[in-house]
Amino acid sequence: MSPFAEYAISALLLFGGGFTLIGAIGLARLPDFYTRLHGPTKATTVGVGAIMLSSVIYFSAMGEDIDISEILITVFLLMTAPVSANMLAKAAMHIGVKTVESTEGNPWEQ
Amino acid sequence: MFDRLSFPQPWLSLILFTTWQILSDGVSGGSVVLGLILAWLIPQMTHGFWPERPVFVKTWRMPTYILRVLKDIVVASFSVAWLILSPRRPRPAFISYPLKLEHPLAISILASTISLTPGTVSADISDDNKTLLIHALDTTSVQEVIDAIHNRYEKPLMEMFQ
Repeated sequence: MSPFAEYAISALLLFGGGFTLIGAIGLARLPDFYTRLHGPTKATTVGVGAIMLSSVIYFSAMGEDIDISEILITVFLLMTAPVSANMLAKAAMHIGVKTVESTEGNPWEQ
Repeated sequence: MFDRLSFPQPWLSLILFTTWQILSDGVSGGSVVLGLILAWLIPQMTHGFWPERPVFVKTWRMPTYILRVLKDIVVASFSVAWLILSPRRPRPAFISYPLKLEHPLAISILASTISLTPGTVSADISDDNKTLLIHALDTTSVQEVIDAIHNRYEKPLMEMFQ
């Protein structure tokens, strides 16, 4: 493997790991349920994307041909993340989870 | 009688076939046969879930839209990451977004885009499909968020589905 590929893979892994960590910190730090919803669905999207890219570079640098099957993982994740976020939000509104006081506007009655 | 042998949704079948080829680690005789079977079977099974066939008029605009969304995801991720790490409290808001799109598929693409771009989650849609409830993580002006979503995402989608 060329040194350039190694640096690129390391950088992407650190970047992806960092973002996933920030997502987890967000889960602990944000004030209410609805704001916590943002942490894992967002920061993680970029985190997983970066880790996936490093995997593509690694396997492409090891073998001769370019392997793109990892990209499907990200595509599936991007397709399912909004649906799960939506279901979580709907469920929270259904049981009337309280919002933090500084929230502008109100959730809908279900 | 030949109804059962057709591909009711050619685009869905093509996507399924391509996905299977990528999944199965190299194109071979077996993967082509199985891919064709899946490309035929899955649209037949899910036929009832598509009340009307999706109508894309300008499909070629889709790649530009996807690239813009990907760029926005990366850019906005940094602002959300900064917000999580900074000591100040976020200013969350529930926003009622007036939808101008009418096609159900277009609305669900818009809702997914809103959920994917960091800082906003689409939480609910009104029964008449006219209003989308959005939760924004940190905003100072509700109108700003509505305008940004309308100009960046809804307008290109409207052009695609007109």
